[in-house]
Amino acid sequence: MYKILRKEVLSDVTKLMDVHAPHVARKAQAGQFIIVRIDDFGERIPLTIADYDRNAGTITIIFQEVGKSTMQLGKMEPGDVLSSFAGPLGHPTEIENYGTIVCVGGGVGIAPIYPIARSLKEAGNTVISIIGARNKSLLFWEEKMRAVSDELIVCTDDGSHGRKTLVTEPLKEVLENQDRKVARVWAIGPAIMMKFVSLATGPYAVPTTVSLNTIMIDGTGMCGGCRVLLDDGARFVCVDGPEFDAHKVNWDSLLSRLQFYRDEERLAVVEWEHKCKLDSALPKGGK
Amino acid sequence: MAELTQTQRMKIKRHEMPNQDEIVRRGNYDEVALGYSFNTAREEAERCIQCKEPKCVQGCPVGVLIPNFIKALREGDMVKAVEWMKVKNNLPAICGRVCPQETQCEGNCILGKKGDPVAIGRLERFVGDYELAHRTCPLSKAPATGKKVAVVGSGPAGLTCAVDLGRVGHKVTIFESLHGPGGVLVYGIPEFRLPKSVVYGEINYAVECLGIDIKADHVIGRTFTLEELLSEYDTAFLGTGAGLPSFMRIPGINLNGVMSANEFLTRVNLMKGYLFPQYDTPVKIGKKVAVIGAGNVAMDSVRCSLRLQTLQARKKGDSPGEVHMVYRRSKEEVPAREEEFHHAEEEGVIFDFLTNPLEILGDEKGKVRGMRCIRMRLGEPDKSGRRSPIPIEGSEFEMEVDTVIMALGTSPNPLVFVDATGLERTKHGTAVADNETGRTKKRRVWAGGDVVTGAATVISAMGAGKRAAADINSFLTGEAPW
Repeated sequence: MYKILRKEVLSDVTKLMDVHAPHVARKAQAGQFIIVRIDDFGERIPLTIADYDRNAGTITIIFQEVGKSTMQLGKMEPGDVLSSFAGPLGHPTEIENYGTIVCVGGGVGIAPIYPIARSLKEAGNTVISIIGARNKSLLFWEEKMRAVSDELIVCTDDGSHGRKTLVTEPLKEVLENQDRKVARVWAIGPAIMMKFVSLATGPYAVPTTVSLNTIMIDGTGMCGGCRVLLDDGARFVCVDGPEFDAHKVNWDSLLSRLQFYRDEERLAVVEWEHKCKLDSALPKGGK
Repeated sequence: MAELTQTQRMKIKRHEMPNQDEIVRRGNYDEVALGYSFNTAREEAERCIQCKEPKCVQGCPVGVLIPNFIKALREGDMVKAVEWMKVKNNLPAICGRVCPQETQCEGNCILGKKGDPVAIGRLERFVGDYELAHRTCPLSKAPATGKKVAVVGSGPAGLTCAVDLGRVGHKVTIFESLHGPGGVLVYGIPEFRLPKSVVYGEINYAVECLGIDIKADHVIGRTFTLEELLSEYDTAFLGTGAGLPSFMRIPGINLNGVMSANEFLTRVNLMKGYLFPQYDTPVKIGKKVAVIGAGNVAMDSVRCSLRLQTLQARKKGDSPGEVHMVYRRSKEEVPAREEEFHHAEEEGVIFDFLTNPLEILGDEKGKVRGMRCIRMRLGEPDKSGRRSPIPIEGSEFEMEVDTVIMALGTSPNPLVFVDATGLERTKHGTAVADNETGRTKKRRVWAGGDVVTGAATVISAMGAGKRAAADINSFLTGEAPW
């Protein structure tokens, strides 16, 4: 059992939690992920590591409430326990001094891009970060990102904070700037955003790394449900990734596979909301 | 009962296993084979002629003392029967259900030469179930040796090894990557063939008796490397199985509706997808399912598919659909356990023998709509001794399907080899280990089960776990230095 030590509400639907899991924290690195299971009925949820504290033995996870499991997780409070917490899984980000690099974080993808930006900064890179979300309320960690970036560009789809644009626009401007050559780009966010980042950096031939969050059951190489098509064959996101060369990913196949369980996901949300309504209608403390 | 003569014994007919009705069971996940009653078990036990040199024992990968336990059983002495069983096998309720007896003990039974062999597997299960219910024979434990052993993986190989080492007094810690123990017994083999209560019953009992520590959520290679384990433990045993699924190298494998048998079975068995949305993990099944392959995993997949279809149809009030097993060889070469094939046939699986898929076809939304296949014929025997399938030119045809499950075998998970300097692997990805002792090329590391052999049976993994435990013990006591 793994105790939730701290919870922070980053927006209505975005929550942060520090979870006590020393076996994971001792080795966790930027770019890796964990698998969490809420209770005995729960599914195995893959979440990218947003931060870790080896001394305290904690892992920070940030998630958006998009389905039944994340909604249920979002209702949990410090002191509650999670039934399983495995990791760190996947390959860590390859941190080197590349020169000038760009880190793009979209929506809840700001969480996993943060430790990568920090590690790259510590390795001596000039870090330009671009973070974006649909609106101001969904943005978080702006100051944390600023602290590990040489330059931070903030944007929202609706202009409620920062520039009113998609992250790809400022990215293109940075790439166009001849004064400093961008050596590499990292992008984490919704699959559709990563696809367009990939399309944006393609013409500039800048190596671009994305962190994929596919459907996954065990997360240890067993099910193959997370397979992604690269231009030279299929790979498993859990053991071969989660980071891949964006220019090799077959995005249409990836986007289509992400939709496969949509009906079931909707049904689970309906059932969950119904259950929550019933629970709140009942008087507390028994009969 | 009066002592029977050999001739009388040989006249008794083999007792059928009572099974759940084939129509009813299509709509549930309850166990199919219901087990012998005490009377039936004793009557079946009367059939054994107590050979002086029992061939059945030679056929058993762990050498269960078969005539001894059968004799005790027919004398009605269950405590003694369990004792004899546990000399060699600590998990009889599992083995009695999943061993391919027809090629092992029962395949060697002398009665089988002229008629039907003694139903050794069913008797083993009876004894195992009796012990699970009555607990007459707690596992004894020798005084603590002070030696620490790490066992990686809690499937059949790891569990057997852990139990044997625990019994001689070593402190055993099992590392399991999933959220609970059991390995393939839990994620792979369905409830209707091996109830999870049986698996957990056996595991919990062994763990309690012997004080074995199980650490779930520990992925060796990631959470700890093998090297790190060796700095804390005297020896390590790798029983990590063969969990990495293979996909056919044909177009269309990434379409929606194509999955590995591992994904399908894990959703159904480990995550209880058939109980969605009560359990959170969904599992999708179409109206026309094709399972590629004909091994035990393929049999489990077709039979789970049938049940899911039936349950789904009941909910929606329509017809269940079809489940096909597509196999490139013929019925004679089917590698699955006989009983499972028979049960699948009874339950209504459609077998497409001598058929091989060439391409999976998708619709405009990226969802499976069919499979282009080719008919095969059998040629000369290949290296495995089986006649090899040859495509018949011009026989291509399209099969309408909406779900494709690939049950084509698995290879070892590579994670355990991360940073494990000196641990040699074959080109198939399996660990190199001595067949008798289980010693790998890395000092203080043993391996056994599917991680060494590639996908095989539960009992052969148990045998390997047992042999390794014996050698680890010899090493730890100084009898057999590295």
